[in-house]
Amino acid sequence: MVISTLSRLRRLCLIAMAILTLAGAGAIGQARAQDVQDTLKLFSGSYDDIQKGIEALAVSGQPTAIEILQALTDNRLLAGADGSLVYKDAAGALHDAATGTVVAAEPAGAKPVRANNRIRRAVEAALGQLTLVSPDPAKRLEAALSVFKSKDQTALPLIETALARETDAKVKTALERAKAALVLYGPGEEPAKLAAVEVIAAQGDQDALAMLAATPSPSPALAAAIKDASDAIEGRLALWSGVQSFYYGISLGSVLLLAAIGLAITFGVMGVINMAHGEMVMIGAYTTFVVQDIIRNSAPWLFDYSLAIALPLAFLVSGAVGILIERVIIRFLYGRPLETLLATFGLSLVLQQAVRSLFGPTNREVGNPAWMSGAFDLGGLTLTYNRMWIIVFSIVVLFVLMVVLRRTAFGLQMRAVTQNRRMAGSMGIRTNWVDMLTFGLGSGIAGIAGVALSQIDNVSPNLGQGYIIDSFMVVVFGGVGNLWGTLVGAMTLGITNKLLEPVAGAVLGKIFVLVALVLFIQRKPRGLFPQKGRAVER
Amino acid sequence: MSTRFTKWLAGAVLGATAMVGATFGARAEETIKIGVLHSLSGTMAISETTLKDVMLMLIDEQNKKGGVLGKKLEAVVVDPASNWPLFAEKARQLISQDKVSAVFGCWTSVSRKSVLPVFEELNNILFYPVQYEGEESSRNIFYTGAAPNQQAIPAVDYLMAEEGVKRWVLAGTDYVYPRTTNKILEAYLKAKGVAADDIMINYTPFGHSDWQTIVADIKKFGSAGKKTAVVSTINGDANVPFYKELANQGIKATDIPVVAFSVGEEELAGLDTSNLVGHLAAWNYFMSVDVPENAEFIKKWQAYTNNPKRVTNDPMEAHVIGFNMWVKAVEKAGTTDPDKVIDALIGVSVPNLSGGYSTMMPNHHITKPVLIGEIKADGQFDIVSQTPGLIMGDEWSDYLEGSKDLISDWRAPLKCGNFNVATGKCGGSGK
Repeated sequence: MVISTLSRLRRLCLIAMAILTLAGAGAIGQARAQDVQDTLKLFSGSYDDIQKGIEALAVSGQPTAIEILQALTDNRLLAGADGSLVYKDAAGALHDAATGTVVAAEPAGAKPVRANNRIRRAVEAALGQLTLVSPDPAKRLEAALSVFKSKDQTALPLIETALARETDAKVKTALERAKAALVLYGPGEEPAKLAAVEVIAAQGDQDALAMLAATPSPSPALAAAIKDASDAIEGRLALWSGVQSFYYGISLGSVLLLAAIGLAITFGVMGVINMAHGEMVMIGAYTTFVVQDIIRNSAPWLFDYSLAIALPLAFLVSGAVGILIERVIIRFLYGRPLETLLATFGLSLVLQQAVRSLFGPTNREVGNPAWMSGAFDLGGLTLTYNRMWIIVFSIVVLFVLMVVLRRTAFGLQMRAVTQNRRMAGSMGIRTNWVDMLTFGLGSGIAGIAGVALSQIDNVSPNLGQGYIIDSFMVVVFGGVGNLWGTLVGAMTLGITNKLLEPVAGAVLGKIFVLVALVLFIQRKPRGLFPQKGRAVER
Repeated sequence: MSTRFTKWLAGAVLGATAMVGATFGARAEETIKIGVLHSLSGTMAISETTLKDVMLMLIDEQNKKGGVLGKKLEAVVVDPASNWPLFAEKARQLISQDKVSAVFGCWTSVSRKSVLPVFEELNNILFYPVQYEGEESSRNIFYTGAAPNQQAIPAVDYLMAEEGVKRWVLAGTDYVYPRTTNKILEAYLKAKGVAADDIMINYTPFGHSDWQTIVADIKKFGSAGKKTAVVSTINGDANVPFYKELANQGIKATDIPVVAFSVGEEELAGLDTSNLVGHLAAWNYFMSVDVPENAEFIKKWQAYTNNPKRVTNDPMEAHVIGFNMWVKAVEKAGTTDPDKVIDALIGVSVPNLSGGYSTMMPNHHITKPVLIGEIKADGQFDIVSQTPGLIMGDEWSDYLEGSKDLISDWRAPLKCGNFNVATGKCGGSGK
């Protein structure tokens, strides 16, 4: 701040001197150039110097200022040993920072100018001021928000100019808020500040609350107004936080549903206790990794579609592994639940170790495509895209599965075999094949779940372990053999968990849910939606 | 007949003696065995497999230099499979059956606590390479990782000074290391004048994957108008979903920085770090340390693993230091007898990988610099702060009621792991 005022003063002096001595425009140009050189030299110094340099640059009117600052955030700004500064543009071409002209080579001993959080904050604030009048409304919006955050008083005249000619309603509101923040934190009069409180209170979110809470030395009247406004915002936020817990519960429920839905087939419909179910999920996640890896290396433009490509592949890979397991192990163990449990548990360890040897023990990076990253605000809620798409996806998978079970010949045969194997056999159904395909279907769906889970969790050999217990809980709680039960079970567990979490903490919340579940199973051993009729006798 | 029988008998005895003698002779010329006790399967394999590889590389390298005391070293690798009781069993097997001279191993505090009685009973040496919560001292364990004052406290100091943080979220996984570290930090922050209202403590289960509620809480806690930071002792697999949720909910390091004590280069390898730029980690070593020793180590490591992208991290450096200290102490003592080596280890000084020297102190902790790094977009750390000198590991925290009067000194006259300076007695309080 001091530097910026100083440099401005110095520039004024220089201009005055220049005019007085009638030395003409050449001298002014020279003085300016010298001034810019001084500012740019600061970027080779310590973090303190760099911060001063950024602040000076923001008010210097230097035409390359925006490029320099953006290059700094992206690590494209290089400082030579002699203090000269160049930046690389997005295409990789080098430009001289002072003039913006293309230069051929880096200066001797060039090193990237380093940024820490303090520097990044300074850059954000400076860019905020510089881009307030940018032709791009998205940039203007971002600029208004960063001025709101930085509360840099020097931006006030700029904000006013920008406000006067702003046409976009959204940007205009943001600018008004930024102005209100500056007024509230500035040296202004009380009535102006009271009005500012109102503008900020209308925003009604956590940022507004933070802004009001930190108001410097409010007068009594102002403090009262701030308290009223804060109370109103807090009341509103408390209401939203209830909605938020509920939504988070649905989101957790959808993840549980996805993990459990394949098990609802293999365990719920076929009665096979498949402890390797989690590993089918893991195989699906690793399939996603392989698909993304190939795309990254050979066709980066396909990246946003990588999940769509991975989905069928994960289904096929996990399904094939499932069929293999059924043919080699499980079919010899039908009707012997204890042996199945032990064999599949051993199998889960084998699969984990196999993946560990194949892909290494460390996590693999699965990226979020652009449409699955970030969040949007809805009222007082922040909804993240990845969680939202997973909710949608889990419901779609559930309904597709229901249609398969109820409306297709395969579904009919499957239900016939599980209800009365001998009768189905004598009607000409190849029960052997149906078993195999059913197990493959359950495993394939677990693979699909793996694609979704790779977006929110680690892709590591242990991925499946974290979900196997929860999946069994959901299926048993919902009632074995009933897809609706699985849906209701997953959602109930998810929502209960998330409603308990703010009160009891994550660890205790989980314990409470488990205890409640045990008690429930004591009362109703067949779960929420027990199967009725002759199927039960099997 | 009898002569023939006698002759046969004599021959047989002679032959047998020769054979036994030969085996004994061969044994004496054989190798010095070193135990490597790291999980190669199960949850912890993600972190510990790397350390096993580092040990194999170090032993290999020492053998190329001619071994120790004229003998070759031989690694005995066992897999305790992330199973805490199995750690104790495997440790016993290494010491009693394989007769190792020293063991390098363990990652979690639980596993260390599980093997501790075994090492004390059989009087062998364990080098423990990971940062831990302190509040422990054993004659048989050498702690080459950071104690809380070598990691947690300097990190908090940095955030206070550089970022002006006034409000603190202490988030951790629910087990002994985060709980003790957070207890120490809470006492430290309160001593620095932070109000109880400005500290939020939160624990989550191992492998927690649904962070929506907690991240939303942190966001809310951070909107009280004071600069807020998160001190994370979240361990292992739970980190990836935590950082993903932070990025997705739009919490940037410039708003609420997160400083982590269990997130290093290896953990970041499984993450898209472009949204995490500026979040911090505190360690005693970063791969990005720019000194020739480190460059050479990275080159060797990448050549050994045959992977030019392989990263290095802090516990690896701890093993490098520990191993070199052991070699030096064995040469100093002239024997591999653990009892003598334990005494010889104190005062041994070897180069560390951040351009200085680390020394084994009488409390079996080492001196280290503390580095604070900010995550860069390429998954490496930009070192933004480094303590000017070396910090000595403090086993009994000065900020906890039960332990502030305790010191540990394993040198000759005192030989005590928990000497109470207030009462002047060994084993005054604590464990």
